[in-house]
Amino acid sequence: MNVQLPTGRELFEPKRPGSQDIAWCPGCGNFGIRNILISALAELNLKPNQVAIISGIGQAAKMPHYINANGYHTLHGRAIPIATGVKAANPELTVIAEGGDGDMYAEGGNHLLHAIRRNPDITVLIHDNQIYGLTKGQASPTTMKGVKTPTQPWGVFEEPFNPVALGVALDASFVARTFMGYFKESVEIIKKAIKHKGLAIVDILHPCVSFNKVNTYAWYREHTYWMEDHDPYDREAAFRRAIESDPIPLGIFYINEKPTFEEMVPAYRKDKTPLWKREPKLDLVEKFFEERKL
Amino acid sequence: MSEFKGEVSIVLGGAAGQGIQTVEEILTNALKKSGYHVYANKEYMSRIRGGINTTEIRVSSRRVRAFIKRIDILVPFKKGTLSWVKDRLGENTVVLGEKENVEEEFLGKVNLVEVPLTKMAMEVGSQLYLNTTAAGLIVGLFHGDFGAVEEYIRKRFGSKGENVVKKNIEAAKKGYELGIKLCEEGTIRVEVERDEKVREEVLLTGTEAVGIGAFAGGMNFLSFYPMSPSTGVSTFAAQHAEEFEIVVEQVEDEISAINMALGAWFAGARAMVSTSGGGFALMSEAISLAGMAENPVVIHLAQRPGPATGLPTRTMQGDLNLVLYAGHGDFPRIILAPGSLEEAFYLTAEAFNLADKYQVPVIILTDQYFVDTYYNLPAPDVEKVRFERHIVEAKPGYRRYELTEDGISPRAVPGYGEEVVVANGNEHDEWGDITEDAELTVKMQEKRAIKKLETIKKDAPLPKLIGKEDAKYLVIAWGSTLHVVEEAIEKLGREDVALLHFSWVYPLNPKVREFFEDKVLIDVENNITGQFAELLKKEFGVEVHHKILKYDGRPFSVEEVLEGLKGVVE
Ligand SMILES: Cc1ncc(C[n+]2csc(CCOP(=O)(O)OP(=O)(O)O)c2C)c(N)n1
Ligand code: SF4
Repeated sequence: MNVQLPTGRELFEPKRPGSQDIAWCPGCGNFGIRNILISALAELNLKPNQVAIISGIGQAAKMPHYINANGYHTLHGRAIPIATGVKAANPELTVIAEGGDGDMYAEGGNHLLHAIRRNPDITVLIHDNQIYGLTKGQASPTTMKGVKTPTQPWGVFEEPFNPVALGVALDASFVARTFMGYFKESVEIIKKAIKHKGLAIVDILHPCVSFNKVNTYAWYREHTYWMEDHDPYDREAAFRRAIESDPIPLGIFYINEKPTFEEMVPAYRKDKTPLWKREPKLDLVEKFFEERKL
Repeated sequence: MSEFKGEVSIVLGGAAGQGIQTVEEILTNALKKSGYHVYANKEYMSRIRGGINTTEIRVSSRRVRAFIKRIDILVPFKKGTLSWVKDRLGENTVVLGEKENVEEEFLGKVNLVEVPLTKMAMEVGSQLYLNTTAAGLIVGLFHGDFGAVEEYIRKRFGSKGENVVKKNIEAAKKGYELGIKLCEEGTIRVEVERDEKVREEVLLTGTEAVGIGAFAGGMNFLSFYPMSPSTGVSTFAAQHAEEFEIVVEQVEDEISAINMALGAWFAGARAMVSTSGGGFALMSEAISLAGMAENPVVIHLAQRPGPATGLPTRTMQGDLNLVLYAGHGDFPRIILAPGSLEEAFYLTAEAFNLADKYQVPVIILTDQYFVDTYYNLPAPDVEKVRFERHIVEAKPGYRRYELTEDGISPRAVPGYGEEVVVANGNEHDEWGDITEDAELTVKMQEKRAIKKLETIKKDAPLPKLIGKEDAKYLVIAWGSTLHVVEEAIEKLGREDVALLHFSWVYPLNPKVREFFEDKVLIDVENNITGQFAELLKKEFGVEVHHKILKYDGRPFSVEEVLEGLKGVVE
């Protein structure tokens, strides 16, 4: 890829001894996503200690180890509730939840639905390779119909999950899709997602060179297109675009500005101090007992 | 004439939705304010309307904190109540109420004092006032302060308008006057001395003790999914969320609840989840994450009988094994089980320091009996609550999982200090990055599962011994059975029987073993297998000699424990 990389990237390059041992397969799309993410963070002038990347489990979810930022590599499917807790405890942090399509749409599907309702100000990045990588090639919720895998030898017959249509249907705050093969555009989309106030979902298409022989780099280039003249504030238009399948539209589908979870909880109405700096309100505990004497 | 001296055990019984709770609240509050010691507990069916629910209220001249089977005065609000509590009726039981609420078979057999509660309520304007009439009646029997009744009614119904308050006071007054009349006529005589100190005390429930304890411990985040009997704590937190400025969120499931709490702790909050056995079962994967990532978390688990949905509104100490073993792999945890409301307050507050310090899950085990119990107690001393923050700044070179002598790595939170914090549920190196190195794996396993556990064990407080050190018989109890066993032993009146009560249930300090030497051990547990006795066997190789177990979904009564003890020592 012949692209101009922004300055500030080196901040996000980890120097920890274990961070050099990257477990991704040579040629995997995850490398491109890492590149995109680092560029987006650098271009936003963020500092590593201001960012927290919370990941689930899967190849995609190994990201926190290959980036210099606060990170928490957690459980399969649980990155979203954990990221929600992180943001609610310290709204000053830029919080990103990251994982694969199995992680976010299968095991964590229920959390995604409810995160859309709850609308924490976090960014959810889904590495959508239409397959399970880490467990070696089983179908994921986004695998296309008819694709044969070792565990679906007869070919997948379930309807593929459509995260974009789901996001629009549930009135999510920000819904986008990109293909990591388009570096610049992807950086722009991820920057907008991070800057967006509210839950931002970005479905990032990427090839799995080891287990997905169908959806290759070339396949994604041939089967996707960038939306032009699309108004992301028009929900109906967003939904029409969302259900297009071949070619797959890319870009920002939907933006719906609304209050975030952190803005709604009583914890921050009067006081913006992150929770870790707060002390028990013992005077109120005292008052509670006084009232109970009456 | 029926005479009650020193103490009266009153039971109210009726259908769900009939407003027995209102009677109970007015009564306990007004009697407490009048200077009587009160204790109350309820048992209820898992339904919203109908069935039979009962509330037991003990009113006494001395401190009372335990459930007894005996009923002195029974107030039935519905036919069927007597059959439901027939095992608890004695020769001296007075049934105070309307004939329509007494089943045929009991008429003539029980000591019925007819009081036209419905008629009296109707005279005030509506049957709706029946509850306040009944409450007034009982307060009248004690010659309690009517002012206290009025005050409580005002507080309780104030938001419904002046007319509602006025009518309720009128209804209560009618009841009150009848109560006094019954005494004057000599139908019922109640002689319970007042204790002026009680007026200065507070009336708390188990639920509130846990909730306010959490606030005192600095809890500022609570995520939950409703499940009886734990929901009260979440409700309590939600009701006080504005005032205490905390995050309270009802989430999609227990899996989300605990993971959210883990995230909050990772970022430095003091978070808690409140759940019951079934909900905790769903949390066990995240409990392992807490173990591996050394992520602190506080969990309140109010037990009810299982397996599965079991008896949703009843009680059991049946989830000790669940919390002891939940999660895969080896890692320590701390299990606390308060026996008194004071303990619930202090221990819950302390749970947050413990979680913060040792970076492990801390589980507060209560049960339906405990959370629904209430009594008067001196207000806990808020100044005794210690607030310890165990957070360090992430300076350059910071390593989240630094190997240390005591197994505890300094914990930094994201955003505090220049360096980043990397936590990980996969096996990791000192920086938090994934490793499969065999040598490092051994070190990390030992750090978590052995070194840290040893450190906690050394710091673990000892159980409370009530009675003589050289008593021949040692009764062992944990959690919510404290007061029942204590009172049973008191009634037994034998100097050679002592009680060892555990509110710090796990891990146990190695010194605990010394308590058991040369004793006849009697284990009292509200479950079928004696889970705590099994734990003692595993930890110390001690076998208890006798087990007194109860597992019908009901709490122990003082009488039952007394019977059980007599069977052993006499
Ligand atoms: C509770 C649980 N179930 C199953 C697994 C096994 N597992 C690990 S990764 C994974 C799927 C990964 O697929 P995806 O999320 O698409 O990520 P990718 O590896 O493709 O990046 C599964 C099923 C697990 N770790 N935890
Ligand atoms: S398995 Fe697939 S997705 Fe995972 S690292 Fe290898 S190529 Fe990438």
